[in-house]
Amino acid sequence: MSEPLGVTPAQTVGPYLHIGLRWPDGPYVVPEGTPGAFWIRGRIVDGTGAPVVDAIVESWQADPDGRFDHPDDPRGARPPALAGFRGFGRSETDGQGCYRLLTVKPGSLPDPDGGTEAPHLTLSVFGRGLLHRLVTRLYFPDEQEANAVDPVLCGVNADRRDTLLASPAPDGLHFDIRLQGDRETVFFAV
Amino acid sequence: MTQDVHQAGSGLILPRYRRDDVDAHPPLLSPGYRSTVARAPQQPLTHLPQRLTEITGPLLGEGRLGDLDHDLTRQHDGEPQGQRIIVHGRVRDGDGRPVPRTLVEIWQANAAGRYRHASDTWAAPLDPHFDGVGRVLTDDHGRYRFITVQPGAYPWRNHDNAWRPAHIHFSLFGRAFTQRLVTQMYFPGDPLFVQDPIFQSVRDPNARQRLIARYDHANTVPEWALAYEFDIVLRGRESTPFEDEDDDE
Ligand SMILES: [Fe+2]
Repeated sequence: MSEPLGVTPAQTVGPYLHIGLRWPDGPYVVPEGTPGAFWIRGRIVDGTGAPVVDAIVESWQADPDGRFDHPDDPRGARPPALAGFRGFGRSETDGQGCYRLLTVKPGSLPDPDGGTEAPHLTLSVFGRGLLHRLVTRLYFPDEQEANAVDPVLCGVNADRRDTLLASPAPDGLHFDIRLQGDRETVFFAV
Repeated sequence: MTQDVHQAGSGLILPRYRRDDVDAHPPLLSPGYRSTVARAPQQPLTHLPQRLTEITGPLLGEGRLGDLDHDLTRQHDGEPQGQRIIVHGRVRDGDGRPVPRTLVEIWQANAAGRYRHASDTWAAPLDPHFDGVGRVLTDDHGRYRFITVQPGAYPWRNHDNAWRPAHIHFSLFGRAFTQRLVTQMYFPGDPLFVQDPIFQSVRDPNARQRLIARYDHANTVPEWALAYEFDIVLRGRESTPFEDEDDDE
C-alpha cells in the first residue's frame, strides 16, 4: 500500500463560529414533543472557572434501540423507528457558557471486543482557543450496572470517571464540561 | 493482503480509522495563541478504542442546503464588494479515497476583513451584500466548489500589532465521527503567516503547507474570477488492524 496522505490539520473555529455553524434546529436531536425526549443542559468552563461563551457542542448517539442509520454499522444501516430522530445535535454556548440538547436515551451497544457499552452520547467541543476539537462522552446516572462494566468507562482513571456522568435535572440531565484544572473533564483521543 | 476491518470477540467487523500523527494537528496548548492557555486540558487525552459510536456519524446535508448556499456573492440583491474568487477542491481520506456527499460549511470575513457578527468590533465596514456563510455537499467524487470574495486580513488583540492572515473557516463531517474536522484555509504567499500563532501552531512545516490553497490558473475564469484549489484530507482507515490491538491502555 502506498504512503498515506497527510491529513489536513485542524484549526480553531475562532470567536465568530456562529456565522458558519449556527443551525436553528441544531439542539434538536429529536423534534420537540417526541415521546421520551428530555433536555441535556450544562455549562462549559475554562481553567479559571470562567464560562466559555464562544464554543459549540456537538453530540452523536445511537437511537433508542442501539442502532445507527449508517452503512458502516456491521449490523446494517437502519432508519430509526422514532420519527425525526437525527442522532446528531449541535448547540452553541450562550452568554453564561450554557449549551442545551433535546434528545432521547440511546440504547446500549454491542462492543466489538465482546461485552456491552452502556448508553452514551459522544460529544465534540469546538471553541475559540481550542485548536482542535475535544472529544468526551456523556453517561447516564440511572445506568449504574451498565456503567460499571462499560469498557470505555473502565478504561478511565477511577477517580475521574464521574466527570463523564450526567446528573438528574428537573427537565432531563445536567452535564458540565470543565476544560482544564479542578475536576477536569476526561477527554479522549479517538 | 491488506484489510481495513477489525474483528474480535463479538463477531462485529468494524472499520478502524488510522490515528493521527502527534504532529498532524496543533498542540492544544500553544501559548503563542493566548486563548489556549486557560482552555487547553492539562491532563493527557485518554485513549479511546474506536467502537460503533466513533465509526459511524451523521450523514447530513440533503435537506439543509439552499440553491445559492454555494455562492456567497448571490445571497443578496446586489453583489458584494471585493475580488470575486472560486474556491474548489477535493475531499479525500488519507488513502486517497474521495469522501462523497459530505457536508462542507464555510464562513469568512468580508473583503474589508469584517465579520457579520455582534462580537466583531473591528471598524472596517460591513457589506450589506455579504453574509460570509456557505454550505455545499461534495459530489460523488468528493469535489466541492464555492464562489465568494477574497476575505480581508483583520487585526486582533492576541499580541502587539497582531493581524490574522486572510482565511476561510471550513467545517467537514466526513463519513464518520472520527473524521470530523474544522480548519482554516489560507492564501498562498501571505506575508502575515510569520506572525500568526494560529497558523504557526501547526508545528510540522509540511502539515502547515496543507492549510494553504493553491492559485489555480486553469480554473480561473477570464474577466470574472480568480480560482484557488484547496484539497482536504480527512483520516484514512487502518490497513493492518492486527498490529494495533486495543491493548495499549
Ligand atoms: Fe477568522
